[in-house]
This record gives sequence, structure tokens and C-alpha cells, in this order.
Amino acid sequence: MSERSPQDDPGMSAPPPPKPTSGPTGSPRPARPDDEFFARGPETGGEPAGLVAETSEGDQELRRRKATGPGELRREAGAVLRLPEGHVVDSADIDVELSDDETMIINMGPQHPSTHGVLRLMLELDGETVLRTKPVIGYLHTGMEKTGEELTYVQGATNVTRMDYLSPLHNELVFSLATEALLGVEVPDRAVWIRMLMSELNRVSSHLMWMATNGMDLGSTSMMIYGFREREMVLAFFEKTTGLRMNHNYIRPGGVAADLPDGWEDDVTVICDTVMPRLDEYDELLTGQPLFRQRTESIGTISAEEALALSVTGPILRSTGIPWDLRRAMPYLHYDQVDFDVIVGTYGDNFDRYSVRLNELRESIRIIRQVVERMPPGDYRLQDKKVTPPPRARIDESMEALIHHFKVFTEGFKVPEGEVYVAIESPRGELGCYLVSDGSSKPYRMHIRGPSFVNLQSLPVMMRGGLIADAVAVCSSVDPVMGEVDR
Amino acid sequence: MTTGEVNTAGGSSSRVPGRPHQEVAFVARGAYVGAVQAYRDAGFEMCADLCAVDYLLLGDRQVAEGVDPERFEVVVNLLSLSQRRRVRVRVQVPESDPSVPTLFDVYPGVEAMEREVFDLFGIVFEGHPDLTRILMPEDWEGHPLRKDYGVGRVPVQFKEAPGPR
Repeated sequence: MSERSPQDDPGMSAPPPPKPTSGPTGSPRPARPDDEFFARGPETGGEPAGLVAETSEGDQELRRRKATGPGELRREAGAVLRLPEGHVVDSADIDVELSDDETMIINMGPQHPSTHGVLRLMLELDGETVLRTKPVIGYLHTGMEKTGEELTYVQGATNVTRMDYLSPLHNELVFSLATEALLGVEVPDRAVWIRMLMSELNRVSSHLMWMATNGMDLGSTSMMIYGFREREMVLAFFEKTTGLRMNHNYIRPGGVAADLPDGWEDDVTVICDTVMPRLDEYDELLTGQPLFRQRTESIGTISAEEALALSVTGPILRSTGIPWDLRRAMPYLHYDQVDFDVIVGTYGDNFDRYSVRLNELRESIRIIRQVVERMPPGDYRLQDKKVTPPPRARIDESMEALIHHFKVFTEGFKVPEGEVYVAIESPRGELGCYLVSDGSSKPYRMHIRGPSFVNLQSLPVMMRGGLIADAVAVCSSVDPVMGEVDR
Repeated sequence: MTTGEVNTAGGSSSRVPGRPHQEVAFVARGAYVGAVQAYRDAGFEMCADLCAVDYLLLGDRQVAEGVDPERFEVVVNLLSLSQRRRVRVRVQVPESDPSVPTLFDVYPGVEAMEREVFDLFGIVFEGHPDLTRILMPEDWEGHPLRKDYGVGRVPVQFKEAPGPR
């Protein structure tokens, strides 16, 4: 290891330091390619060396068996979950005597086509059986919570929308709801219904995307094509309404950015009328198919108690039989005024997670149809000059409007001191936003509780004892979006 | 402990009228795990979120009566599915000793969240089974979400790449 620090070598141009132990030629015993790998500190339980030793806060990777104590092994296998009698993992089941010669640690990712982004799973295998799993994340970390502290509330929605890039409108929604809760304002009725329409459409597109990628992970290429085909219709509507296919910055504090386009009812109705029968086609393609069922049924099971203990939310929690949906349990927007069912599974396996999502698509379309019927006339954003910019037409004729417009976009609006936690049901689970305001126009602290980040913790439980061939299927059924995991 | 008196049912608790699900409880650091355990026993099945705030720039901020503000604050969002109720437990953590006991034994789901707070704030969770960095590389210097960690101040760091074999 080198003694240099990165600051000494800003250009990174110097050649790498010589590695005395691992030359391809020179030593009597031919150096094996993994010599250096095994000689590294944390792998063998020793101390890290060089630069890592100076600053290291500990290794994030899965450690080899001989470097891991029995208690730690049991913890990684889920034995410490607080479960009732009869559910708890029997410590005797966990073979702590197994030696490193019998097991193998492999990396799945971060560059792996079916980990849905830069997720790195370290799997310990005994033959084909997965013994331990550790997700290693952070490869997509861009410091968005820190960035959020530097942006005004007006700019903030642009930042958060990039977190969960498959359901950007939910990110914008939770940020806007939190900001409005601090401001103490209520947006007009039409804006609320538009928000519901857009976020349900986004749930449809996100779940369709999941159906597509899950189908592909299980080898059903047709499902992949079908899922993307239907999602395209929703994205085309998003583009028509917001101008962008993703990262819309459409839902903003104070309302939405623009009114729905002319003829939106027809567009939305066409989407509903097309997607609904095609869901039945998916049913025929996958649900009854013996191959699909064998690859999903009783694979990657998680019990309700485990899910609760691990703070898992969303379709994974519902697949275990707990009817917890924030739209129903703690209604936001006008979800208490529409009629829909909360879909639950029974066994908490891959198949239940699939069927929960498939039927949630149907429920979302049911909600969308009700929203189309009940969309009230009115304003699509708050007419409060301190929060939202004045209409474009007013700027030409009113000096005051021009000033307000300028102020909103340069300085932003001031938000009273306080702190608030708002949570909504995103396609992946509880999406929360914790905002702390110091009275200025920028959040003092913005924390996003990403459902994917927390749900990833359930992977080791689901994978334990399964086959390596099912690891991809289990990982896919958790539906992690790495933009949100790493933020 | 520097913070005020806490009854074991969970400390000083307040509801904000007009804002649903914004119940806040301040607990002292010494009574933290006990208070959270009491909430768990009272039906809060899930720890929805755990994060921290660095109040370095807001020295004279207002907190509840009897609570001495400190630099750091660990915020735990507990969720009761059966009662459809949330409570936010806030713990003051002094700058001189940035550590709190872990909640891992009460809610195993906080594992990743506590690692995240440790990574980004440098708050140590005593007793956490695997307290390592989670989002930043393990050889990163500093804790980015602290308020004295300047934006753009640190040059881009790369993990040392292994040389050619």
C-alpha cells in the first residue's frame, strides 16, 4: 500500500506503487492472482494498511468466515430479529463451524445487469446455497441531502425528483407536502386532484417497469417488451403535461407547475382502457405459467414479523399479509375520498410480491378513473404571491408581479421555523421527508427516508438458504432503485 | 445527562394542532433506549426512520421546556400500525461526546439507518453490530452532513485502485 495521500498527487498521474508480492514473474512459487486479495487486512481479520489504516472507519464488505465470530454469523443470518417463539431462527441451524474452505464469497455487482443499478451483493455460498448476503451500497451516492441544504425550496423539488428516478413525482410530492406543512398553506382542490392523478399514473409506470424488469430477470423477454410498451404511454402523457419524461419538477410547493393539457381526459382514459386489458394478458403470460410459478412460489419468503422488525414497507410488507398502505392508513391528498382496495398477500414470497404489484396496478387505474370523473375546475396552484410566481400574463402589466416573480426565483420564499416529517406511499413503500427550517428560504436539513434503502435490509433474510439461481429473482422482487438507496 | 426530566412513558410529548401525525417526544440520552423500548411495548411496531440534525448554526434554537439544546440531535420516527400513530423521538447529543446507544436490540431495522447517520454525521451508536460507513467510501475523511463540512471544500477523493496484477 502506498503512503501517499490523494492531496499529494492531485493529478493522479504518478504510476501505481510497485507491488512486491504479486509480480507475474520473479518469485519461485508463481504468484496466484488472489494472493493480494487474501493478504489484505480486513479479509484476514488483520489490520488494514497504508492510507486505509489512517482514515478507515472499518470495512463495509462481507468478511470471511474465520474473521467473523459466531454471534456475528448468527446476526447476519437473522437470528437476532425479535420474533415470537416458533418464528425465530434456531441458532443451532446456523453452522458456525463451517470453514472457509467449504464456502465461497462472491460479488454480485456492482456491475451486474440484473441488480437494477450499482448494487453490490456479497454472497457467501456453500455450493449453490446462499448462506449469507450483504448488500454493499454507496456507489451512486451524490450527497443529495447535502445539496438540498444549498437549494431554495423552489429549487428543492428539482433535486429530490432525481432520487427515485422511477417515481419522480412521488419524490416531488413528499417534498412539496412537507414544505406546505411548514408553511401552513393549503393548495387548491384542483391541484390536489392533479397531484393524485399524476402520482397514481406514476405508480402505474413504476410498477409496469418493475413487471418488465422482473420478467426479464426470470427470463421472460416478452414481459420486458410489454412492460416497456405500456409504460411508454404513461411517459408520453407525462411529457405532454410536464415537458419531460422523467425528473419532471412538476409538483412544486404551492401546487403544480402547469395545468393539465387540453384533452387530458381522453389521453388518460386511453391509458386506462389500454393497460387494464393488458394486465389480463400479463396474467395469462405469467400468473398461470408453471415455469414462472416454480421460480417465484416460496422463493425469498419473509414473514410479517421479520418485515416489521426490519422496517420494511410497501408491497413487500403487504405481501406478508399486513394491510398497511399509507394511502388508506394515514390518508394524504384526497385518498380518503376515493374507493380502492389495499392488496395483501399471504406468504411473503416472490409470487405474492408479484401479485400484489400486479393488482395494485388495477387499483391505481381504478383510482385514476375516479379522479378523471371528479376533477374539479379551479386553480392548479396557490395564488399566494409569496409562494408561487404570478401568471405570465400579469408580469407584462404589473410591476409588482414582476418583482414577485423575480423574488420567488432568486431568493425563494421564507419558510417559518419548525420541523416536520411527512410520509407518503410511494410504489416502493413509505417515502418520508423530514424537513427542518430555520426560517430562511433554504431547508436547514432535508432528510429523505427512501423506502428502497430500508427495504434492502430484508435481502439477507429473504436470500438465506436459497439458491444462487434465485438470488437475481429475489433481488428483483425487492424492487430497489439505487438512486434512492444512495441518494 | 444534561437534558431535562423524563418520565419513562416517553418524555415530554406534544401534538401540533392542525398537523396530523406530528407528535414529538424529547428524551434524555440516558433514557433514550428505555423510552424507545417503552414505545415499542406500547404498540409502536416499527421504527420508520432514524436520522440526525446538526444544529451547529442554530445555537439559540428553541426546544421544549426543560431540554437543553445540544449540537446534534438524533431523530427517531416510530410508527404504530395498530394505532395509526406516529411519534418522533428527539435526543440531544453533545458535540464533545457524539454517541448514543444503539436501538438495534429494540428495532433491528435501524441497522442501515444508524450506519448512515454514523457515516454522514459521525455519531457513534454504541453497541451497533456493524458500525461502518455505508454511503461514503470507508477511507473517506470527515462526515459530510455536518454543518462545518464545507461544500466543495474537499477535493475529489478516489479509493486507491489496485495496481495491475
